[in-house]
Amino acid sequence: MRIDLELIAETIPKGARVLDLGCGSGELLAHLRDHHGTVGLGVEIETDRILDCIKQGVPVVQKDLDTGLGNFLDHSFDIVVMSQSLQQMKAPHRTLAEMLRIGREAIVTIPNFGFWNARRYLTFLGRMPMSKLLPYGWYDTPNIHMCTLRDFEDLCREQNVRIKQRTVVDSQHRSRKLINLMPNFLGEVAIYHIENNA
Amino acid sequence: MTFDEPLPLRSGRVLEQYELVYETYGTLNADKSNAILICHALSGHHHAAGYHSAEDTKPGWWNDCIGPGKAIDTDRYFVLSLNNLGGCHGSTGPTSINPATGKIWGPDFPVFAVRDWVKSQARLADALGISSWLAVVGGSLGGMQALRWSIDYPERVRACAIIASAPKLTAQNIGFNEVARQAIINDPDFHEGRYIEHNAYPKQGLSLARMLGHITYLSDESMRDKFGRDLRKGTLSFDYDVDFQVESYLRYQGEQFSANFDANTYLLMTKALDYFDPAADHDGDLARCLAQATARFLVISFSTDWRFAPARSEEIVNALIHSKKEVTYLEVDAPQGHDAFLFPIKPYVNALTAFLARNFDDVQRENRGAH
Repeated sequence: MRIDLELIAETIPKGARVLDLGCGSGELLAHLRDHHGTVGLGVEIETDRILDCIKQGVPVVQKDLDTGLGNFLDHSFDIVVMSQSLQQMKAPHRTLAEMLRIGREAIVTIPNFGFWNARRYLTFLGRMPMSKLLPYGWYDTPNIHMCTLRDFEDLCREQNVRIKQRTVVDSQHRSRKLINLMPNFLGEVAIYHIENNA
Repeated sequence: MTFDEPLPLRSGRVLEQYELVYETYGTLNADKSNAILICHALSGHHHAAGYHSAEDTKPGWWNDCIGPGKAIDTDRYFVLSLNNLGGCHGSTGPTSINPATGKIWGPDFPVFAVRDWVKSQARLADALGISSWLAVVGGSLGGMQALRWSIDYPERVRACAIIASAPKLTAQNIGFNEVARQAIINDPDFHEGRYIEHNAYPKQGLSLARMLGHITYLSDESMRDKFGRDLRKGTLSFDYDVDFQVESYLRYQGEQFSANFDANTYLLMTKALDYFDPAADHDGDLARCLAQATARFLVISFSTDWRFAPARSEEIVNALIHSKKEVTYLEVDAPQGHDAFLFPIKPYVNALTAFLARNFDDVQRENRGAH
């Protein structure tokens, strides 16, 4: 399993009801079902990914995340997960609010645009950053709302969202001591475990 | 198969005895864990797959999905398809003899609700020794039966596939059905439903009803692709004869249908569609109604289906999510309109294949574990 998914799986309590937004082939949900006894539902737009989910026995509904979340009831899931897709939303702030309306808690992973290499691209090369994690040209990238860790945390403050836990890792999703000295400069991916402030 | 145990109906009436005609494909395995029930739509019947004879021009109505190596793989599964009560292809219906009077039932035949059909299907399953279905599968009106199965007999349905269906009809849908019924009832050859005794049948009315229905089953796009505005004779006639290919096609379809389908059955089937609303027993709350279901669900809709639009399928899906059921939903991009469920459209067929296979594998695994 992808290491970021493993990091997410570790934070999910046994028996939780999980909604996985942009669930892909259902890897996380299948893992949670087999090892954490959780019941989950995936949301995915790509038909081929949905077929993979069906083969794995992972329930999934085909919806556009930008428009299709309205039908989910308030607090109908324990945890809503969105892995590396928030930056692809038309209105990430609204998606974030939706996640914490549907779930009591949420787990969001975001690629960090404040990573030193992104800064190097802009500062020294004068070009839009590209990396293994963000391999697209500026004109055809699905990542239309990139942010830095600081930006994301500002948004959380604005929306009265409490960050329960933050894990910052490199592109291999390893956590290193060094990264935590300057997470917004050295971290490539951050995993946020969040909830609404009471 | 003949049943002598009276069947109490939703309407309050009782069908004292009846006959059900069915076909099976494939072989029931030793632990009877591979049985799939196919529920048919308005004009379908027991002949769902294959050819009856070498002279047959058309195979069963769902031949694209049922057969060796197909989505509903008859090498793997035991498939049962029947003609519903009230139908006109062998099961007891308006053209049968009413044992109480010795005359043809005609319009006196009781109007059926979807739950009555499901009850009669459960009795057929009992008679065949099938205590639970690996899956109940149906499109359109058949999807409604599958949904009803999951509510009324939760312990007997492991998987439930509801294709191009809806939790109840809209006013627009009921409107279409009513126009179709009026066309039949107002045909001079209808004779208040006793046309057989008059040695006649409401050919025009039934034909009109089918033409209307046919339009609603296709999409604007599919009709444009098929006929465009092509002229039959190359020029406009400036009378009310057939000018356009589409007119000729609809007339042909209507006539074919009226020659092979019983008018009272058409009335009965459209009424069953109109009446279907399982949530009505639960203050209109479909999620509460589905609370008792235990099946895993697959719901599929088609992008150009305007008779049972994707939004209608999503009502079922949302209710299933609210009641915490296992559900997978797919909206398949297809130009064919409502009829798409009868075509071998790849994503749709693949999803159905994978869903059934996964449930079959899970059952086999569980059964191995239990022994």
